[in-house]
Amino acid sequence: MAEILGGIGISHVPSLARVVEQDRPELGGENHFAAFRDVAGWLADKRPDVLVVIYNDHGSALSLEVVPTFAVGVAASYLPADEGRGRRPVPAFPGAPELSWHIVDKVIPEGFDLTVCQRLDVDHGLSEPLVTLFGEVDEWPVRIVPVAVNVVQQPTPSAQRCFDLGRAIGRAIASSPGDERVVVVGTGGMSHQLQGERAGYINSAFDNSFLDDIVDDPQALTAYSNVEYIELAGSEGAELVMWLIMRGALDGNVREAHRGYRVPVSSTAAGIVAIENQ
Amino acid sequence: MKKEERMDPPGTYVFDGVRSRRGFPLNDLGASLNETANQNAFESDPEAYMDRYGLDEDQKRAVRDRDWLRMVQLGGNVYFIVKIGVTDGMPVPHVIAEMAGMTPEQFAQMMRDGGRKPNG
Repeated sequence: MAEILGGIGISHVPSLARVVEQDRPELGGENHFAAFRDVAGWLADKRPDVLVVIYNDHGSALSLEVVPTFAVGVAASYLPADEGRGRRPVPAFPGAPELSWHIVDKVIPEGFDLTVCQRLDVDHGLSEPLVTLFGEVDEWPVRIVPVAVNVVQQPTPSAQRCFDLGRAIGRAIASSPGDERVVVVGTGGMSHQLQGERAGYINSAFDNSFLDDIVDDPQALTAYSNVEYIELAGSEGAELVMWLIMRGALDGNVREAHRGYRVPVSSTAAGIVAIENQ
Repeated sequence: MKKEERMDPPGTYVFDGVRSRRGFPLNDLGASLNETANQNAFESDPEAYMDRYGLDEDQKRAVRDRDWLRMVQLGGNVYFIVKIGVTDGMPVPHVIAEMAGMTPEQFAQMMRDGGRKPNG
């Protein structure tokens, strides 16, 4: 039986890994991002085999030609996408096709009409958190199941729908015949806005209440509409609904292991939380 | 949809179907610029490249002027139009700063000070 050990919520802003690395006190950094390194240590201690990574593409592999609401990779391997400056110089991400297909076979009949991808390049939405958590590696220590969510073009899936999908993914993983040790990673956020006259918007009060609720009261976060997320977290920060997929896959009864929050990384509020199933 | 029926928060252009439909040629052009060969083709003859993607005259003018806010108002989505800036060799935060009508230095300082405050 596969087991879900816990979940991570983490920003995927492009410079995050570099900022967290340079922040190390032993390198003369200011130690503002210690929680990000603590979560990396927590993750290493958990020894997961597979990360299910909830992320969104930023016009890299999925254009506006075809916009899947939820897409799941079922490939044996995923290349880093070319976002206009060449492919990121990191190893290809090994896939977990058996677990991916098991999720597809369980979740679609439950009513979540996933798009199934046998080939998928993954952009910084997925790679930035993994480089932040594992550093510059010659070989990734985990296999991945990528889950791409449309958080760009309205109507995007509601917070409630995301939470419910996470629950279905959690049930699917729990029923997997394999013996994988799984951590679910919800990426994106926290508050930021990269467009319009309000560009540069940050809402730290909302972000901190979101960090409270994602652990203890995720249902409270499903009450907000998409437009309310845009108002509160910014037009690009509204992608925080992807953390609800992660949280939905965990148990009701959880424990917060680590949390961190820092403004800014580039134009974004950077947040992280690690949550353990009890 | 009429403008007043939209639920745009102030200073925000919610990327909905109306904007995505209007902006598709512009965003399609932006997506093409992931590839180096297309970046070179765009740089060497931007007018022909914009014609190939079917931009309308307003969109062409906004691209010529690198008027990022106008591009958004004409249906551009930031993740796609920013690839024009990447092709120019422009850091992404500079695009965002210009969108907000600020210099990169002003914008960076605002972010270091905690960002643009809600209701501020």
